[in-house]
Amino acid sequence: MAWPIVPDPQLAAEFKKTPLGHHSPALQRLLRVFRTLPVPGKHALLRVDHKRAWVIVEFNGRKGEPLKVHGDRVFTDWNEAEWAVFKLRWKAYFNADLPEDVT
Amino acid sequence: MTRTLAGYTDRISACPGDAIAFKVSAEDGSASYTASLVRLHCLDSHRDGPGLQEETIPSSFDGVYPARHQPIAIGSCAIVEGGPPLGSLTSFSVAAMIWPTLQKQTPQAIVSTLDPRASSGFCLSVASDLCLSFSLGDGTALTLPRPLLLREWTLVAASYDAGSGAVELSALPLNSHAGFTPAQSAAASASSHLASGGDGTFVIAARSADSGMQEHFNGKIDSVRLLSRALPSTELRRLIAEPLAPDHASDLVAAWDFSLRMDSQAIVDSSSNRLDGRLVNMPGRAMKGWNWSSRFQDWKSAPQEYGAIHFHDDDLSDCNWQTDFTLTIPDTLPSGLYAAKLEGGGDPEHVVFVVRAPRGKPGGKAVFLASTATYMAYGNYRVMNRSNLYEMYLGQLPELVESDLFLNTRPEYGDSLYASHNDGSGMSIGTRLRPIVNMRPNTTLSALNDDGWILAWVKAMSLDVDIITDEDLHEEGLGLLSDYSLVITGNHPEYISSAMWDGLEAFLSRGGRLMYLGGNGFFWRVAYHCEVKGVMELRRAEDGSRPWESEVGEYYMSFNGEYGGLWRRVGRPPQGLVGVGFTASGFDISSYYRRTEESRDARAAFIFDGVDGEIIGDFGLAGGGAAGQEIDRYDRKLGSPPHALVVARSEDHTEEMMIGKEDLPATNYIIGGTENPLVHADMTFFETPNGGAVFSTGSITWAASLPHDDFANNVSRITENVFRRFVDPAPFIYPSNAEERPA
Repeated sequence: MAWPIVPDPQLAAEFKKTPLGHHSPALQRLLRVFRTLPVPGKHALLRVDHKRAWVIVEFNGRKGEPLKVHGDRVFTDWNEAEWAVFKLRWKAYFNADLPEDVT
Repeated sequence: MTRTLAGYTDRISACPGDAIAFKVSAEDGSASYTASLVRLHCLDSHRDGPGLQEETIPSSFDGVYPARHQPIAIGSCAIVEGGPPLGSLTSFSVAAMIWPTLQKQTPQAIVSTLDPRASSGFCLSVASDLCLSFSLGDGTALTLPRPLLLREWTLVAASYDAGSGAVELSALPLNSHAGFTPAQSAAASASSHLASGGDGTFVIAARSADSGMQEHFNGKIDSVRLLSRALPSTELRRLIAEPLAPDHASDLVAAWDFSLRMDSQAIVDSSSNRLDGRLVNMPGRAMKGWNWSSRFQDWKSAPQEYGAIHFHDDDLSDCNWQTDFTLTIPDTLPSGLYAAKLEGGGDPEHVVFVVRAPRGKPGGKAVFLASTATYMAYGNYRVMNRSNLYEMYLGQLPELVESDLFLNTRPEYGDSLYASHNDGSGMSIGTRLRPIVNMRPNTTLSALNDDGWILAWVKAMSLDVDIITDEDLHEEGLGLLSDYSLVITGNHPEYISSAMWDGLEAFLSRGGRLMYLGGNGFFWRVAYHCEVKGVMELRRAEDGSRPWESEVGEYYMSFNGEYGGLWRRVGRPPQGLVGVGFTASGFDISSYYRRTEESRDARAAFIFDGVDGEIIGDFGLAGGGAAGQEIDRYDRKLGSPPHALVVARSEDHTEEMMIGKEDLPATNYIIGGTENPLVHADMTFFETPNGGAVFSTGSITWAASLPHDDFANNVSRITENVFRRFVDPAPFIYPSNAEERPA
């Protein structure tokens, strides 16, 4: 069994500040978990109209089946989209919302 | 908006006077579409770059065309036109060795003569429960009680006696696992005097239907035999092993030996009937057969042990679409990257191709070598929706574009050389004779898209640069390069054939100059098919960062017999050709280079003319830096020339930038950019004999840094400095005082 990861809000704060870049070993470990989640239901970003804008899209792991597109929110900042997906994964993995004031 | 049209060409490049055919399918039922010719420079609409640059050029094919849907018949098989020997067949025995690899909800045909309405002939197949099944045109059907084992060799056979109507079906496992999978057989009675040859076509690994071939088989088939006599099951092993034995002479209809002509699409019948057949959609050849002894790893040493063909229901070598229109390249059309722009109801489709200079009449001293082998290898890449490790490799969320959604709903477009077949085996044969939706503008995971930064830079600098393709170099070799004094690569020339490598090496040894503006280049060895242009083979052999692995004993390519895999493992590391070779990959953020002491050498002065400061490329449209995604290092032990100058080295990579596994002697934690000393890109320059020279950036993202600040930046300046010196005929002087570097 994997060594449990404690839902430390500091890890979320570190990711929110720097979604892409140097990360502490503890955050790297959490991201390895998040980034290797099973394909069905896993989130990615869909570029909108060849612009620097994205919506969230969901994989299903099956050839031939259309992917689910969440077009309700358009991100114009890649890092904001990374943060939005991180929060979804945090809630699913730890079964708890992140505090609103993570900074 | 999604696209509604898809197309491809018969050839990837053409010279003035050559004709190129365009094949188009409407995917939404559109009645018509408009076609026009565009020249492409920048291929990406990134807001911080020049934007998509497509220049409309009047052409002979401009106009409105009727649209039609053109189907794709994916899945491989072999087809034999049986002629009189099959037409007169009544009693028979059919036998084969099989190695099934996939359980499906539908039957998978092993051999069949059933006519499309299944009213005559026979079919031997694997049922949805993996049990061996046999049916005759009169409706007789037999199924064995126990399923076959996947990835185990089994002799499967069926026979019919036209006099008595007796039918037998048997499965004899090569390895019974101490009785766990015993031999099975079953018998039944059918009508007598049936015509067993169906419509005269013998199909291997599929069966004929009104809609085309269906019920494709997944797995290996070897040693298919057909006899015009019902043979007792005790004699089947001998029929497989010795089909030409005298006691079969009067009854043998066919005995196919798949180990013959393995570089072709033909299958050869060793019997006196010579019922040779043809393969459809290029299944894997030179595959270990049922009698593989493991004493040989190279099929050329023991072809008789490599008589298996590995069929897949998702093999695809050629869509065989009808031509919609043709363009004869006008003499006035300058060499460049072009596309037929097809506009219907949705996003336009760009069917990309290259226009070369007239033969022997280059338009300039420099030529851009479009990495079409790499474009093909990544063609229709869709691993992101299949592998849970994909995002970890990236180090960030995957970015999809509209074409990825389009592709995901079309399995029949085939996959990339990064994918596995439906049965889990690696996809080792790639084709461009199909729509490749990421060989287009505004796509991700596309070396072509990012090569557009180089073409946009050429345009911005007003340089004369022709374009040729990997296939051109493969076919014409040194003679083609001899028209030029400088070859410029793309950002990711990863897949290289031997002829390409040899051509470049000979060019450099004769005073040619090379600008390698990429990373992870000259990495995998590929082979092009000798009969069908536009199809290539890859074996992912014993090392390298691989999405799949070839089976042990199957590292030699069927197309040309060469040992496949990494050029480094062949004994020709890229360092020996371009000074640097792959060291690390990471796709989160990119970094920058810092000038080295060696850059102060007078030999390198021209590179840095007008360049201020120590830091190079701390900007760019791919991860924010010129050193990123996949990077290369100088390594004397891997053949980097001793006199080469490492003029700049990248630094400050993150842990996501990890060394290649071929540099990991044993598993350990020290693999990321903050700790592993091998994680850096080396910008390298060296002279070659006879006045030539090589400049290598060793990074994929170098190209995406060119457009920064409207091309006024030090990456652009260095590239321009090298270009101008490299097209200058003044010879480079090979340094006579070069000393071996300290280890």
